[in-house]
Amino acid sequence: MNVVIVAGTPGAGKTAVLLHTLRHLLEQQKLISIAKVDCLYTDDHIRFQKIGIPTLLGLSKDMCPDHFTIFNLSEMVEFAQKNNSDMLIVETAGLCHRCAPYTTNSLGVCVIDATSGPNTPLKVGPFLSTANVVAITKGDIISQAEREIFRERILEMNPGCRIIEANGLTGKGAAELANYFSESSGFDCETEELRHNAPFSICTLCVGETRILKNYHRGVLRHMDGIHEYTGE
Amino acid sequence: MVQSISILAGQNKDGNPEHFKRIDILRGEIVGVVGPTGSGKSALVEDIEQLAQSDTPTHRKILINNMIPEQDMRFNPKKKLVAQLSQNMNFIADMSVEEFLLLHSRCRNKNPNLIEKVIQHANMLTGEPIKKEMNLTVLSGGQSRSLMVADVAFISDSPVVLIDEIENAGIKKHEALQLLSGYGKIVLVVTHDPLLALLTRRRIIMENGGIKKIFDTTGEERLLCDMLYRIDKELFKVREMVRQGEEVSACFKWDGSYSNHVDFVVQN
Repeated sequence: MNVVIVAGTPGAGKTAVLLHTLRHLLEQQKLISIAKVDCLYTDDHIRFQKIGIPTLLGLSKDMCPDHFTIFNLSEMVEFAQKNNSDMLIVETAGLCHRCAPYTTNSLGVCVIDATSGPNTPLKVGPFLSTANVVAITKGDIISQAEREIFRERILEMNPGCRIIEANGLTGKGAAELANYFSESSGFDCETEELRHNAPFSICTLCVGETRILKNYHRGVLRHMDGIHEYTGE
Repeated sequence: MVQSISILAGQNKDGNPEHFKRIDILRGEIVGVVGPTGSGKSALVEDIEQLAQSDTPTHRKILINNMIPEQDMRFNPKKKLVAQLSQNMNFIADMSVEEFLLLHSRCRNKNPNLIEKVIQHANMLTGEPIKKEMNLTVLSGGQSRSLMVADVAFISDSPVVLIDEIENAGIKKHEALQLLSGYGKIVLVVTHDPLLALLTRRRIIMENGGIKKIFDTTGEERLLCDMLYRIDKELFKVREMVRQGEEVSACFKWDGSYSNHVDFVVQN
């Protein structure tokens, strides 16, 4: 089965780009299942179901949405297998800049908004730098020069990636993206590993502390000056 | 160096073959692309962008310099073939014109001295002068568009420029096209603006996802275009007079025939 993991910041256009890409994949008679993850609320799964694609919805609620996606990946694969799909597409919740949910044999697709400013590629970290394909959205409303600068910055962070200039409104780039989707192969839950570790700071905030004063916090903590320490027993 | 781009026929939305064999577009040529919404204009441009090899929904093939382009040319993001200019584009970077052009020229490994030339040529296309210390985000529509055109002409490496609906830009459109084609770009103009469409030597007519025909601009159209150009120039002057807060004095005399010159003169 082909497994494609689509990640990006909130509002970058993941769902819009995916909907156009799915149309091309459906024309190629692909059997697809989708797993859509969000934090608190979404109705995107209805949009996928409307075009006839079996969609599994997961809301991460109190759990970090990236960890939730990774933790539940094998269940998503089972869902796709039950549907006899030959492709599973996982659309993650808008990610923070620290995680990357791609596994070794999935196709990692990063959707990034060109209007977020020329420094964004330098800020977003592993979900850009470990992606196979980077889809740049909203490039049609900024200047050619800014598009070129943005592209260059992406290549600085991820020299080997393929770049697609996509448009969630018109569907530009979707046919090309659909071709890449079919290239992913060899996914195996038993042996699959993340390309980049999830953040390993475990602190009292992770387990529900709400007070802000430093005295109340324990665990692996990092200070403004960059010093990393372990506080606790 | 891209000397020519050739489009080899594919199929329309119904799967029927297109009514042409191939179109060769040479360096410095300006070609129009016309047709209603949904007729396939964007798909045609995408085929050129992706250097399609019968692997897009249209099944067209694109040749560069008469040959199938190498893989690297297709997939290397640094070698993107098509630069775009459209009405909807804005500068969003919060920096001065000078800083911005320097950043772009560094990205493209260009000589930083080029930026003087970019600003100078941009100022030939707009009525309001652009200064290098101005912030990008305060530029007017006309100034922005002029700067974008000059920037594409000198700093972008892309050999093809796509101009998409740039009707009301407040810039000298004719001169903008001449600037781009003069520096060896292949210019594709997707437009229904009569001045721009008739300025091209030929136009590709799209219908139902396919190329319906290729139309050579007629002598009569060229003559009309000359007159539209002159009217456009006069309109540009009037716009500047309004902007400067001056009283506009102009008269408009025309006997209705295309063979005679249009008498529309702005008095300064």
